[in-house]
Amino acid sequence: MSVAPAEVQRPQVRQDPAVDTPWITIVWNDPVNLMTYVTYVFQTVFGYAKPKAEKLMLDVHHKGKAVVSSGAREAMEHDVEVLHGYGLWATVSHDS
Amino acid sequence: MTEGEEQLAGFRSTFSGATARFAAPQAAIIRSLVGQIAELVGGDEGTGAGTGAGTGAGTGTGTGAGTGTGAGAGTGTGVGTGTGADAALQPGSPDDLVARLGLSRSTELPDDPVLARLLPDAYRDDPAASGEFRKYTEQDLRSGKVAAAMTVLETLPPSGGRVRLSESQAQAWLRALNDVRLALSVRLGVTDDFDAQVEEIDADDPRSAYVWVYQWLAFLQDSLVEALS
Repeated sequence: MSVAPAEVQRPQVRQDPAVDTPWITIVWNDPVNLMTYVTYVFQTVFGYAKPKAEKLMLDVHHKGKAVVSSGAREAMEHDVEVLHGYGLWATVSHDS
Repeated sequence: MTEGEEQLAGFRSTFSGATARFAAPQAAIIRSLVGQIAELVGGDEGTGAGTGAGTGAGTGTGTGAGTGTGAGAGTGTGVGTGTGADAALQPGSPDDLVARLGLSRSTELPDDPVLARLLPDAYRDDPAASGEFRKYTEQDLRSGKVAAAMTVLETLPPSGGRVRLSESQAQAWLRALNDVRLALSVRLGVTDDFDAQVEEIDADDPRSAYVWVYQWLAFLQDSLVEALS
């Protein structure tokens, strides 16, 4: 992706979801969203490289959900809001 | 490619975005469905978006033949709700102020299952946190979905033909097509085993027209993702 959409003006370098932080964004599987589209959304919204975006998409597809970002609560709520804008089924959780 | 072949080929990439060619009935179906989403989602938002979407949806349904009419029945309830909310919204009223502040009057998941899917809860097991989140974000989420729908209505002529999209317009198309597919999936009761479901739907079942449109829109959306990748 060469051009980011206007609404996603955020740093492209983010904390890796594996890092232990208190709040997480989860994307849940649904029978509607296309695999190619979900991958594209992860690349566009989070700036993830395609292999990472595809792995997260496959986790959603096969395991029913995937943690796509982690960090401060406000940041996770922002991520969820953006993902809802793309029609993905996303929620915020406290990583306990 | 001939014009007819191109109408079945979906989107392909250009230097600045994506392009596709639509036959008039294809354009009518997309405009009708996207217009209905704008009406449904924009219902609580005030008069501007509602009026614009109404025009688009009306044109689409008029030329959309059998499929367009069937689609209209599917989201009829939502459209009705939207009109009522618009009429009640008077300038200077508390509701108007709430809208201008970008706050939602609702803190609960919408009753309409289509709206509930388009505007889902942000917390899985915490209604209070979901309500608080909704209060501060739902209006923006609704506006964004209406804006995406408007981009489709503005770039897709009712008579069909060549559509040329910039990257940001193509993004709006992706989101709008996805919202339509989500709405159709709720009405169709789509599950993980959609192929088996489709086999059980007879040709004379009114849902069969939706199934065809649902699958065609998936193909179209997929081609647009590919064109942007």
